[in-house]
Amino acid sequence: MNANQPLICLKQISFSYPEAPPVINQLDLDFYRGDRIGLMAPNGSGKTTLFHLIMGLLKPISGQMEIFGKPVKEEKDFFEVRRRIGLLFQDADDQLFSPTVLEDVAFGPLNLGKSKTEAIEISRKTLEFLGLAGFENRITFKLSGGEKKLVSLATVLAMEPEILLLDEPINGLDRKTSGKLIDVLKNLDLSYMIISHDIDFLDATTHAIYTMANGKILVDQQMQVHQHVHAHPHGTYPHAHET
Amino acid sequence: MINEPFAAGNSLIHNLDPRIRVGLASVYCFVIALAKHTPVLLAAIVISLSLIFITRVNPREIARRLVIVNVLIFLLWAVLPLTYGDPALFRAGPFSISGPGTKLAAQITLKCNAILLAFIALIATMPLVTLGHALNRLRVPAKIVLLLLMTYRYVFVIEQEYHRLLRAARIRGFRPGTNLHTYKTYAYVVGMLFVRAAARAERVNQAMRCRGFNGKFYTLQQFETVRHDWILATIITAMIICLLFLEWSHRA
Repeated sequence: MNANQPLICLKQISFSYPEAPPVINQLDLDFYRGDRIGLMAPNGSGKTTLFHLIMGLLKPISGQMEIFGKPVKEEKDFFEVRRRIGLLFQDADDQLFSPTVLEDVAFGPLNLGKSKTEAIEISRKTLEFLGLAGFENRITFKLSGGEKKLVSLATVLAMEPEILLLDEPINGLDRKTSGKLIDVLKNLDLSYMIISHDIDFLDATTHAIYTMANGKILVDQQMQVHQHVHAHPHGTYPHAHET
Repeated sequence: MINEPFAAGNSLIHNLDPRIRVGLASVYCFVIALAKHTPVLLAAIVISLSLIFITRVNPREIARRLVIVNVLIFLLWAVLPLTYGDPALFRAGPFSISGPGTKLAAQITLKCNAILLAFIALIATMPLVTLGHALNRLRVPAKIVLLLLMTYRYVFVIEQEYHRLLRAARIRGFRPGTNLHTYKTYAYVVGMLFVRAAARAERVNQAMRCRGFNGKFYTLQQFETVRHDWILATIITAMIICLLFLEWSHRA
């Protein structure tokens, strides 16, 4: 595969849910190695649908998809895609289904055919990298919201993907936890695409911010992030500033 | 929603290999359920009680569970002796207390309590997760084990969702009463719960497929059988054999 070839290449992809106007309408997307893209668009504009199309969880009505240089159509084509692209779901409760943290993180590696010892080794390393050492035997449904999010990220990273798709990763997280997530993402040597409504978060983690309208990605209208001055009527509480 | 009050502990039985516990409990239950003679059942009650005694779990918690089951059994006592027929134990006017009916009710009471006590002692003393893994090792089909573990995992999420819906109704002034509006609201809540559970199942399935799930289920837990496991297992097995022997000797 050519280095200048896009990792994900969508051509004229359309998708609609039953009895509804198309959410994705003849969408084109080229995603290259090293890209770090933010997607910021109104609710219902098809961001999550786009991610699910890339992972093969939804099938497009028309158009062609090439991922890692190979055309993908059938369910079996996507096994490879799911191994190399990690999707972080909006709701961590959907992602964490094993009783204990270690088992959940090891689930992916075991499915990829790793041995038990290897899977445990990878899981421990991933948890440690995310600052979650000692969480191995915690019960997943008893974790706090922020912990759940980080463990979900661990379950995705444990599969050693090349691309991450993050669906509203800091939704419902406090400043401290989202700050931690920013640090983690900056330290990863991965390409990724993030859906978020938080401009500060996207500004800190991505190189470009795209938007979506009428079922298409608007690449040429890149959003411009600008500095502005504002007052804090409630004291220093609402948000901390980096210096 | 699901508490595991007996799972934590450090008795001989708590430390017994979960696979052995599941196996013994199953065999023991079958023996009791199929036994026909009262002395065997009385012996079984004694064995179950001694198992409970070894686990040293909170007696009040056990009593609470026994009460629930025995309320149901009480209904049998209210019906069986009056309806089972001759020969009568004694008669009072139009009522007659049936001899076989009374015996049957007594046997059912003994059986239920013996099985329940044995299950509390052997099975409830391990976390449900461990039970799932033990069943997996005993070659129970992966689908059943997966169903058990997933139910355990998501019953809490569904409970939360239920409370969220109920809260939403309550903060808008909903007060349950005996009227159509109440029934309708509860029906909506239950319906919504099913819809949400189904949607959640769909998303969990997607998340699992994204991580390469193909129907095969792996567990990380290792079980080890040490010498004291075998000793305890042999003792319990010997007791079960004694029960069987007692049953046969009465039958002959």
